[in-house]
Parts: sequence; structure tokens; C-alpha cells
Amino acid sequence: MENGLDPAPPLLEVRGISKSFGAVRALQEVDFTLRAGEIHALLGENGAGKSTLIKVVTGVFPRDAGIVRLGGEEVAPRSAKAALGAGIATVYQEVNLLPNLSVAQNLFLDRQPMRFGIVREGEMRRRAKTLLADFGLEIDVAAPLGNYSVAIQHVTAIARAVDLSARVLILDEPTASLDRHEVEILFGIMRQLAKRGIGIVFVSHFLDQVYEISDRITVLRNGRLVGERETASLSRLELIRMMLGRELAETTSARASQGEHRAREVCASFENYGKAGYVAPFNLELRHGEVVALAGLLGSGRTETARLVFGAERADRGQARVEGAPVRLQSPRDGVRHGFGYCPEERKTDGIVAELSVRENIVLALQAKRGLHRPLSRREQDEIAKRYVKMLDIRPPDPERPVGLLSGGNQQKVLLARWLATSPRLLVLDEPTRGIDVGAHAEIIRLIRELCDDGLALLVISSELDEIVTYSDRVVVLRDRAHVEELTGEAIDVGNILAAIAADSVTVALEAHT
Amino acid sequence: MKGLPPVLITAFVLVAGFALCAVQFPNIASTRVVGNLLTDNAFLGIVATGMTFVIISGGIDLSVGSVIGFTTVFVALAIERWGMPPLVAFAAILALSAGFGAAMGAIIHVFDLPPFIVTLAGMFLARGASFLLSTESVPITAPVYSTVSDFALRMPGGGRLTAVAIIMLVIVIGGALLLQLTRFGTNVYALGGSRQTASLMGVAVGKMTIKIYMLSGLLAGIAGIVFSFYTSAGYSLSAVGVELDSIAAVVIGGTLLTGGQGSVIGTFLGVLIQGMIQTYINFDGTLSSWWTKIATGVLLFAFIVLQQGLVALARRPAAKRAGAAT
Repeated sequence: MENGLDPAPPLLEVRGISKSFGAVRALQEVDFTLRAGEIHALLGENGAGKSTLIKVVTGVFPRDAGIVRLGGEEVAPRSAKAALGAGIATVYQEVNLLPNLSVAQNLFLDRQPMRFGIVREGEMRRRAKTLLADFGLEIDVAAPLGNYSVAIQHVTAIARAVDLSARVLILDEPTASLDRHEVEILFGIMRQLAKRGIGIVFVSHFLDQVYEISDRITVLRNGRLVGERETASLSRLELIRMMLGRELAETTSARASQGEHRAREVCASFENYGKAGYVAPFNLELRHGEVVALAGLLGSGRTETARLVFGAERADRGQARVEGAPVRLQSPRDGVRHGFGYCPEERKTDGIVAELSVRENIVLALQAKRGLHRPLSRREQDEIAKRYVKMLDIRPPDPERPVGLLSGGNQQKVLLARWLATSPRLLVLDEPTRGIDVGAHAEIIRLIRELCDDGLALLVISSELDEIVTYSDRVVVLRDRAHVEELTGEAIDVGNILAAIAADSVTVALEAHT
Repeated sequence: MKGLPPVLITAFVLVAGFALCAVQFPNIASTRVVGNLLTDNAFLGIVATGMTFVIISGGIDLSVGSVIGFTTVFVALAIERWGMPPLVAFAAILALSAGFGAAMGAIIHVFDLPPFIVTLAGMFLARGASFLLSTESVPITAPVYSTVSDFALRMPGGGRLTAVAIIMLVIVIGGALLLQLTRFGTNVYALGGSRQTASLMGVAVGKMTIKIYMLSGLLAGIAGIVFSFYTSAGYSLSAVGVELDSIAAVVIGGTLLTGGQGSVIGTFLGVLIQGMIQTYINFDGTLSSWWTKIATGVLLFAFIVLQQGLVALARRPAAKRAGAAT
């Protein structure tokens, strides 16, 4: 690949694309260049703007500014269908095909071979067979697509896209639900297509796979372009720095100094706890008055760990203890019963009930814990709501306001209040500072530390490493769905966390602490 | 092909039921009874064929019963009072009913409204319009009516395959071929699988929606004409509740109420099952004809539960594969 010497324009050129949703700037002057015959990884953490970029390029979202050139000519597709017509095909993680139709019908929908107004079923099946044979697939094309594995459905979607004369193929997280063998097959097909001159955009959060398959990497962060590099000359540490970075001021733990008075009581402990295919067995101790942070890339097993701890997912091995006594966590109800609280990442969909008032949202978990036959009186509800609105400084301080009308930071506080009202011993916070403004950010962090000083045990998931560093007593680093390292005290700094996330080598589940 | 197992179950129920009836009343197993059954249910078979397309595409059409009622009144008045030649009256009502269906399809698509609500409005509209035309039963005395009523093919065993039964069979077979062999038919299944995905894959979802409801309206118009042949009259209260009978026939025939799977042949078998129950009750003589409804209700329950079971079975391997995503 001789850069600059090639006079032909790149296959796909994206220049200065911007896109805002209301006040949120999802993309700011992003450039992206795809050359013919290359496999180009598009990377970034949640909210970095990868999907928005794809959707803007393929016309699903209108763009605010910028241009897209395909083979040197400007294109502005208004819909995914128009983009497909122009030669840009996208295959999403959830396969966008029709499981109730046969494989052959899926491949040739709306362009079936016809004679006298009748679909030539035999001819269509023959062509489908030939087409899939190119991709190394020999299956019964007359069977419904839904009968086949996700991998085969992916290949079918790719085959359809390629057969529609796609020049640019965008694969959005294609490997997320595939096993190792299926990934190999997919990679073989991708290499073969690249050889034919098709440009492939590969979105994935599996870095091993990115290094295995891609020629070039473009990294986005917070809606901005961080950089474009050749895969071969980009180290893993450098890549992760690009993805998580920020300014990377080498802050050290503000709490590390307090780490001396160690002998805190254990609140909950998990021994050899895990679930096959979900998270590798881990040991974890959560102490009163301590913040434990889970650090790692998207998909590394952070949320999965949190869900196991709370009981939202059932472990298939290991022993959980609460205050020393063995317990079984089979469901979120069990978690709540043992005094656990969980603020999920998707607060809009999994957390708040937007139409209900602040008061109703706050008392929700407490009421659920008490059971329906012991309703909280209106006076008790008012009291509780008032107390937390004051304590957490929820604004505007009106308990009767629908939560949907509050800002993101205040919604987060309402969620916190909901769990605090149940007087939990352990609180799990998944990305508590995502999507809220800077001021509220600092406040949430202050709250986390205050709660912890009051003796609560906290388990926090965050992608913001410098944030983790400021409030954590211990940091558990995850990679590939396993706990790989635990940092305490002085060892907690951004550099060490990055190094642990990036560390090559076989995944070894380390023993959690001493 | 698609939806075969439920169809086989429907066929089994029909054969077993017919055998049971024949054991109790040997006379049932004659071409005479079968011929009558086809004639009596001709309009239902026609309208249920249209309903099959609608339901497979993920929709519903509650207006068909009212359209049948309107059609009978319109045809009767056009021929008897307005002096239209019967064929002109037929052409006019078919254009009207197809246009009515197309309009409902367009509203469903353009305003992105649930078909249930739109066709419910259509149901009231058509029924109200037929009362506007006439509140009384209007007898039809045109010679073409007696000619058609008298026409029948002799079957061995003395049965008569009447003109309306033949029309119904032709429509059922035509509908089945349209659904299985054409691009239009495949697109109907595609819409039922997922409108959004079908649209992403290039199916003109709007046009398809309009065409499907137009087809249903057209077949309801034909069913109305057939109904007027059957009763030789136009009456604004005729065919009340037929939309529900036809939905029942479609579901008993193994079509998934949520769309995406089903067949016209299954629907035809569903119609025959309902006819068979009616025939049994007629033969028995002591049972109230409302037992037809009860038996249909029980069968419906059974088939819906069965379908849920089959759907759950089909999903299981997929759910296992999906595994754990972030």
C-alpha cells in the first residue's frame, strides 16, 4: 500500500462530517478514508460515535455538515436503500434479514428470477447455491433462514450485499455472537472479498480480532476523530490510549493515602464465582466503606460481573457470601433482599420511569422491597422524597415533577435516591457519569465518595479512567470476560490500568488480592 | 413449504372430525352434503382468502363483513331500483370495494396507524353506508340471478357443485398460487416477518400494504356478490361478524396471527372445519346453532396454544445461540 503514489481516489472518503442530536454533538468534523481492497477497523468506546458515523454515511440519519465521496463522486443517500443502490451495504449485528423466508428468498428478495410473472423457484435456488458456494457454504437454501445459526445468517447477509454489487461493505459488530470457528469462516470471507477490491469497514470491540484482520485502524472518541493508523505499526497500548485516553494526566488515587486503615469489614464476597460463556470465575471482596471499580474495554465483562453480583444473571459456579453467611443470588429480588442496589447503564430504558414523578421513582424500589401488601402512605412517600431531593440536591427540587423532564445528571441522582431509600449495604453503579454534563459529573463523584464514607460498599463501572482513579480504593481490571488484575493503593493510576487492559498474552484469571 | 406442520394438523382435525360425523350420521359422507357445505360457505372462503394475505403480512382487516353487507345492498339497489345491468353493477361495486380497501391500506401506511383501528373505522363506515342506502331487505329478481342459482355441475352421488362454490374454489386456488409462486406473495411473507427489515431489503412496503388491503377489499366485494346470489337479496344487516369468522378460519388454518407464516390452503381447510361443525349441528337437529360458535371458539383456543408452542420450539435454538452480549 504505497500512500500518496496511487493517483486513484480512495474508495470512500468522508470529510468533515458533523451530526448533533439536540444539544448533544454526536459527531464533530470527522474524517474517514477507506481504500479499495482494505479491511479498515473503526474503533471507539460506547458513545464514541461509531454507529452514528455509519448511519450518517448510509443515509439513515441526515447529516448536519460534511461530504461523502464514493469512488471520487459525491453521494448523499437519503436512506439505507439508497446507500445500497449506490454500493454501500451494511450488515448489522442483529442480522437484517427475514427469518421466516427461505435462504434463497432472502438472497433474492424483490429481484427473483421470473418467468410469466411467476418466480422460477428452481432457478433461484440454483443461483443461491452457487452464490453461497463462493462463500464456502453448502446448505439447503429452501429451508427457512431462521433454522440456521447466526453465523450462517451473517454470511447470507454478506452474500446478499455483495451480490447487490456493493463496493463498500460495513460490518457492524459482526462477530459479537459468533464462536471462534465461525469467526474464522467470516474472516476468510472478508479477506477474499478484500482481494476482490471491496472496501470493508469492520466495527468491533474485540481487539484481538482487529489485529488479526484489519489493515488500518481509525479511532473515534467522544464524537471526534482521534487518528488513523496502520495496524502493523500501532501497539496495543497506544491503541487503548487512543480509545480511552483523554489528556491522560497521570493522576494518582486521591483515596490511596487513606488506604491505610485497612481492616474494614467484608460486606459481600464472591469465591470462584462465574458463569460459563458469560464471565470467567472470579474472586471478589467488597468491603464496607470501600469503592471497587471495574475497568476494562467495552465487552470485557464489566457489566456482566455487575449483573452476576446483583443476581440479575445466575452464576453456575462459586459461592457468594453476604456478611460472611453463604447466600444464593438467583434473581434481582434476591439481590434486593440481601441489601444490594443496582443502577444500570441504560438509565433511560432500564432505570427511570420517565412518566412518573420524582417521588414515585424514588419510592419504587423501597415499595417493591416491602411488598405490595404494605403500601407506603402518601406522607411517608413525601417525606422520603423530600429527604433525598435535599440530600442529593436534585434540581428542580420538586418531587412531583415527571422524571423525564429532568436533566441526565438529576435523573441519575433520582436513581441513586431510589436505591439509597432501601438502605442498601452494597450499591452497584454501571457508568454513573455517562451522558451527564461536567458539573453534575463532579457532583456524582462527590456523592459516591460521601456514600462510601458512610459505610456503604460500592462497586462502580466506568470507562473514564481518570475518574476511576480519583475515587477507587481498588480497581479490578477485566479483559475478554475475565478478571485479569487487581490494583490497590499506590498502584492505582491511569498508566497501570491501561497497561493491564492492554497486556497481551493468555488470559489468566488472577486471584483477587491477598 | 412454509407453515406446513400447522396445516397438517388442520387437515388431520378436518379428516378426523369428518370421520366422526360420518360414523354418527352416515349420510354426511355424500357429495350432496359436501356440495352444500361448499355452497353455504362460498362467501366465507372467498373473504377468508383475502384475510389470509392480510394476516400473513402482519395486519388485520375488520371491515370485510361490513363490505359484504354494503355490497349486497348496493347490488340489489343498482339492479332493481337504479336499473343498472347486473354486470355493470358488479364492476362498479368491485371497483368501489377495492378502492375502499386501497384507501385503508394507504391510511395505514401513510399515517403509520395500527390496521386494527383503521379497519375498525372502515367496518363502521361501510356498515353505516349500507344502512344509508336502505334499511330494508331488497329482493333481487333479475334473470341472471336465477340462471346463476340454477347452474350447477353434477357430481357423482347426486351432489351439486354450484356456481358460487366454483367461484370460491377458483379464488382459493388462485390465491394459493398468488401467495406461493409470485414475487407479490413472497413480499407478503416478507412484510409479516418484519416491515422494517423488508423495507431495508428493498421491498416497497407502502405499495405492498395498499395492494394487500385492496386485494382484501376486492375479495370482500366478490364475497358480497356471491352472498347476494346465495340469498337473492340485499340486506344491510347481512354478514355481520363475518370478519371474525374469517379470522377464525385463517387462524385455525395454521396462519400465525402475528404474521409471517401461513397458507391459503390452510384457511380453506379452516373454512371447511367451520362448515362441517355447522353441518353436524344441522344433522343432529336438537342442538342450537350457536354450538357452532362454541366449537369454533374451542378450536381457536386449541390452535392458538398450539402455535405458541410451535413458536417457542422454533425460538429455542436461536435463544441458545444468542448467548451473552454486553
